[in-house]
Amino acid sequence: MTHLINALAGRGVAHDPQTPSLQMDNVSVAYAAGLQEVSVGATAGNGRFHALQNVTFSAQQGERIAVVGPNGAGKSTLFKLIVGTVKPSEGEVHIFGHGPDGHICIGYVPQRNQIDWSFPVTVEDVVMMGRVGQIGLFRWPRRADWEIVHQSLDRVEASHLAKKQIGELSGGQQQRVFIARALAQEAELLLLDEPLNGLDVPSQQAIFNILDSLRPDGVTVLVATHDLQLAADRFDKIMLLNRYVVAFAEPTAVLTADNLLQAYGGHVHHLPDAEQGVLVDDCCGHDVPVIREP
Amino acid sequence: MHLLLDPLQFNFIVRGLIAAILVGIVCSVLGTYVVLRGMAFFGDALAHTILPGVVVAFLLGWPLAVGALIMGVFTAVGIGALSSRGVVKEDTAIGVIFAGAFALGVAMLSATGNYTVDLAHFLFGNLLGVTQGDLWVTAVLGLVVLLIVFFFYKEFMVISFDPVLATTLRLPATFLRYLLLVLIAVTIVVSLQVVGIALMVAMLVTPAAAASLLTRRLTPMMFISAGIGAFSGAAGLYTSYYLDIASGPAVVLVGTLIFTLTFLFAPQRGLIWRRH
Repeated sequence: MTHLINALAGRGVAHDPQTPSLQMDNVSVAYAAGLQEVSVGATAGNGRFHALQNVTFSAQQGERIAVVGPNGAGKSTLFKLIVGTVKPSEGEVHIFGHGPDGHICIGYVPQRNQIDWSFPVTVEDVVMMGRVGQIGLFRWPRRADWEIVHQSLDRVEASHLAKKQIGELSGGQQQRVFIARALAQEAELLLLDEPLNGLDVPSQQAIFNILDSLRPDGVTVLVATHDLQLAADRFDKIMLLNRYVVAFAEPTAVLTADNLLQAYGGHVHHLPDAEQGVLVDDCCGHDVPVIREP
Repeated sequence: MHLLLDPLQFNFIVRGLIAAILVGIVCSVLGTYVVLRGMAFFGDALAHTILPGVVVAFLLGWPLAVGALIMGVFTAVGIGALSSRGVVKEDTAIGVIFAGAFALGVAMLSATGNYTVDLAHFLFGNLLGVTQGDLWVTAVLGLVVLLIVFFFYKEFMVISFDPVLATTLRLPATFLRYLLLVLIAVTIVVSLQVVGIALMVAMLVTPAAAASLLTRRLTPMMFISAGIGAFSGAAGLYTSYYLDIASGPAVVLVGTLIFTLTFLFAPQRGLIWRRH
């Protein structure tokens, strides 16, 4: 019922300014036994299998964090926990001091293959969808909402695309439009799921420029990525994930041969001719970066 | 002009015409979501599962719409609940319920005397048998459906386009999803007399599918779809009158013809423009 009332009133819970943007205490997510994931999942004492186990960390306001790990490491599950579509079987998730339920400030930019690009909506329609929570049930967008939509498009340099159908956009443009949607949503915690996949370098750079412009607003950004080189170069912190948090700290402290070996197991190869370098092959056709130890 | 006006001297044809246009509009507007959400099979199945409800109402002498409405809402929610459990795949669950309920309806009806005529009416509609009472039921329920689509326009758009966004906006997504299923059920009940159970899916998807080839925005798609649906209803009735063919199939055939023409000649996206 509070759910409906909140939706009617068009606002989320108040933020506690003293708390971290995002905090997880000993969070685990169990699968029901018998699912496909069992064969690769970590077994808990009670015979259940975990997609994520004992995840504890906190992110401060304005931090930019790369979430890296092999396929099936739980990156998507971690994001779903934050969004609130997956509930932890143990532990607690706090966003600005509350559970995910009441917040309308969590912006989620899905992987591009999650979206039906033939859906009959224009770019500005999509960005306006970010306002639907604030507008509330039984009300229509007002002029102020449209102004926010166009400002958001301005900030990602996509104003000229406003009237285009979303299927007409390039990959980088699609990504920017969804970031604009999160801006229109007034997101304070922004999650991007593999936003850099398949983008050329200028398009990737455009996205980092936008993320840079969010820093003064104190927006906390989590990016799931396979690209260890970009994670090392462009982020404040890296979370190395493989069903548990292998390491969570500044890039130089995280990307050590030991940590990578723990996260990627047999897919880390020491290169004989690269001095102290390791090669990570996450066996899914993505980037195969060479990481040199500091 | 005589061709258009002559049939209207018969009251039952005027009633049939109004019913066909109303149903054409309601089905096509809601059909937009059926097409965008890929629910054609669900719509087809739901139409078939209401047969036992219709037959029971028929045998008890109740208005058919009452039996259909109870059965329709019940199965819409039932299918929704079953598929969200994930025990069996959604289309499997729908297939099981759909065939079982339909068989039950046919079995019950086969125990009565006038079996084939009644079954034909349920299956293919009986536009010229629309009574004044039927017309009121159609108008009121149809208006309720359109009003709900209007008031939940932006929410239905969000849950159809991006369910995860619906979660982050804390929309009552489950409630909205069931509401949409119930609206489809009500629409099917409203359309029962016009096209019948077997052809229902055509009214839900054909005008919306044609409209999707003509525009790239949701609101125009709904209006174009409604226009095609209303025209199919009216033109189908006249076709039925002059060619002396069954009214339900005539309405559906007009819709199919419009879709085919759109598919071939739609600006930019028609088949003929794609040839290089």
